[in-house]
Amino acid sequence: MSVVVRIPTPLRKLTGNQGEVREEGKTVREILDGLESHYPGIRERLTDEAGELRRFINIYLNEEDIRFAEGLDTTVKAGDEVSIIPAIAGGSR
Amino acid sequence: MEGREILLPRAIFQKILDHCRSLRPEEACGLVAADGSGRPVAVLPVTNSLHSPVRYQMDPREQFDAMKRIRREGWSLFAIFHSHPLSEPAPSPTDIRQAFYPEAYMIIVGLEKEPAVARGFVVQEGEVAERLLRVVEDPLP
Ligand SMILES: [Zn+2]
Repeated sequence: MSVVVRIPTPLRKLTGNQGEVREEGKTVREILDGLESHYPGIRERLTDEAGELRRFINIYLNEEDIRFAEGLDTTVKAGDEVSIIPAIAGGSR
Repeated sequence: MEGREILLPRAIFQKILDHCRSLRPEEACGLVAADGSGRPVAVLPVTNSLHSPVRYQMDPREQFDAMKRIRREGWSLFAIFHSHPLSEPAPSPTDIRQAFYPEAYMIIVGLEKEPAVARGFVVQEGEVAERLLRVVEDPLP
């Protein structure tokens, strides 16, 4: 299953400046595995030691936040679009 | 990120300020989009899902929708703004640590005193550089 993955600017150093790449997989987790095999170092920016999505990373499958689906086990199909979107957050403290 | 100044049309600046004031004492936040020539053309307020006077996090859904709109309109992300209702408009350690969009200016509106003060910064890999934020009168039609 080939899907398009949208890469946010701060991670494009790892993808040779590509904002969109293609990956194969049946779930979002497999897509991330594919990303890591092609662009080593990218996974640790997205998931923590336990393999869970980092707090400040949101991943959308087409229009849906995967946290509200099956998380990293959400299944993908050909033609889907996976968007990696760092949160926008801060604080005066 | 060329140049040393951030030029904001008055109408854009006013929208940012109005939005931040309307939510005081909570921190407010949103995006500023630029057109193909790099001129700021739209302010897209986004809900601070933390509703806190000292922290903010954009509602992820609204953030996604705002960014999608920017892409669909052929705009680009020009700046990310938020307010400091109780402190100086300078990036906090939290702001710097959580700055994941180096391509966008960070605009901070300080509401501690009147008149409100807005300042602009470039934050890249933990390095902060201030850019003079200059409000320009809207061009005549
Ligand atoms: Zn802040």
